[in-house]
Amino acid sequence: MENQQKILTSHKETVISIEESLPIYRSQSKQMLRRFAKNRASVISAIFIFLLAITAIFAPLTAPSGYDEVDFAAITQPPSAEHLFGTDALGRDVLSRLIYGARVSLMVSIMAQLVIVLIGVPVGIISGYSGGWVDIVIQRIVDTLYAFPSLLFIIIVMTYLQGTLQESEGVIATALSALNESTGGLLGVLIALGLVFWLTVSRIVRGEVLSIKEKEFVLAARAIGGTHRHLMFRHILPNVMAPVLVAVTFGIPNVIMLEAGLSYLGLGTRPPVPSWGLMIAEGVRNFRSFPHLLIAPGLTLSLTLLAFNYLGDGIREALDPSMRGK
Amino acid sequence: MTGYVVRRVLLIIPTLLAVFTITFFLMHATPGSPWDETGRPLPINVVETLNEKYGLDKPIWEQYGIFLWGIVTQGDLGESYIRQGQNVRDVLIDRFPVSLQLGLYAMGFALIFGIILGVIGSIKPNSLLDNFTTFLSVIGISTPNYVAATLMVILFAVWLNWLPTGGWDGALSNRVIIPVIALGLGPMAIIARYTRSSVLESLSQEYVRTARSKGLSERRVFISHVLPNALISVITVAGIGLVDVVTGSFFVESILNIPGIGRYFVTSVTARDYPVIIGTTLLYATLVIIMNLVIDLAYTVLDPRIRYN
Repeated sequence: MENQQKILTSHKETVISIEESLPIYRSQSKQMLRRFAKNRASVISAIFIFLLAITAIFAPLTAPSGYDEVDFAAITQPPSAEHLFGTDALGRDVLSRLIYGARVSLMVSIMAQLVIVLIGVPVGIISGYSGGWVDIVIQRIVDTLYAFPSLLFIIIVMTYLQGTLQESEGVIATALSALNESTGGLLGVLIALGLVFWLTVSRIVRGEVLSIKEKEFVLAARAIGGTHRHLMFRHILPNVMAPVLVAVTFGIPNVIMLEAGLSYLGLGTRPPVPSWGLMIAEGVRNFRSFPHLLIAPGLTLSLTLLAFNYLGDGIREALDPSMRGK
Repeated sequence: MTGYVVRRVLLIIPTLLAVFTITFFLMHATPGSPWDETGRPLPINVVETLNEKYGLDKPIWEQYGIFLWGIVTQGDLGESYIRQGQNVRDVLIDRFPVSLQLGLYAMGFALIFGIILGVIGSIKPNSLLDNFTTFLSVIGISTPNYVAATLMVILFAVWLNWLPTGGWDGALSNRVIIPVIALGLGPMAIIARYTRSSVLESLSQEYVRTARSKGLSERRVFISHVLPNALISVITVAGIGLVDVVTGSFFVESILNIPGIGRYFVTSVTARDYPVIIGTTLLYATLVIIMNLVIDLAYTVLDPRIRYN
């Protein structure tokens, strides 16, 4: 009896000591946030992007003047108290144009990523989950599209879309072409970007699905009679979203850079809608006499890309601690 | 292995056919015609003569067949609509070496400096030196090549007067320095990151412990065991980078007035110069396909654990 009591107490003691030695339990999302918060560069980048987005969304309030407000009394002025980043060849305030340009850059990149995810994720899941001939057919198509040099393909698709959007008739087409017109040809740009870059996302998703579909929880869901659709979108989809989120964060700076490049070549947004690429192109033309016209948009673009890259690093490490420092 | 290579090579044909077909119909479905961009509208009879001369009055399937037949039987890509009398194949043969040389130089630059930066970063992870090299590589990724090119022109050509502002004088003149650095910066940054992470990964492998326990010096372990294994994954990145650099050089080519293919392509798209567009796309697609095949094969040679069936 005494002995038994002893065993019981000692048992109790062990239980207590184990509990004490256990780390405080944190939910997974809290752990991710903590890991993210430890990365100083990523936090600063997130704040920078947040401020940039707020400034761009409320551009009519935050910008000192409109993007096409012309002041012939102040042409190509260097930075001053009145015009922080100076004025361009038409006397337009460079800072205001940068703020309105941020709208273009951020909208293109986010919308393009939306198109990419909406095509890439379902295709990847269906391809990986189905296997067999469905998978083979989809992968053949993806491989063929991969052979297209992506920049050339974007340019070809974009000319096609912009031409078609201008000439087509019907309610939806008219609405789309009005949207395209009011955004200075943006719609064509982002559809073209989305149509080309979904390939990579679909490959990432397919690879993930191939390993997830063999896991026990999927088997369990199937055993209790889950339909294919239920399995694909309730059980597999949530588990592939982490790598997709990382791909999207790294994809955003890529799209911003491409949009600016296309506008630079005169293939992206059309004046007077300001885009960073257009501003850089204008800056290049006059950089000998007015370097501020190139340096302001060039630095803004680079800083934004820098911030998105650091943000991507932070998100990747937060989601997968084993990726730290890679 | 041989079977795998043969299958991959045979797959090039249907892939190129698909690329040709998609490009052909996408271009022809785009509203507008090659004769729209001549400044003012041409008289109807001139347009008709032009259409007849270039076979644009025939049904689209017939045009498709004639074009395809020309490519398959004679490798003939037709004549440029805009620069009349210019054979597209000749122009490509003339201009492609320029873009290719630029691309190869840029990748050489990216490989050398990327690997050096990556190795420096991996010596002491998360140290000040490591953070500095990481910062450099993030800068490299975040600077678009057209911004880098223009900034370098301002700095080195206009202000310091050390280098010419642009143009092309063959591969051995100092005119190549600015475009090569501008093009190589992005891939350099990516290679640096890959090198760093795969060196770190390779350092924790068992063959490294074995090599150390044999009594090899740290330098010897690094040079003959860590680095070769780490560089396998760098090769893939470099291969993809080469394709990106060669096909993506048109920003830099147009800023610096370099007579490569990039600028030629951009002007021909806006001008609806169908033969030029299709010729360039086919050329680049072939390059992409061949590079992808080379990368996959390089893998098996470098890493005997990988086998294709």
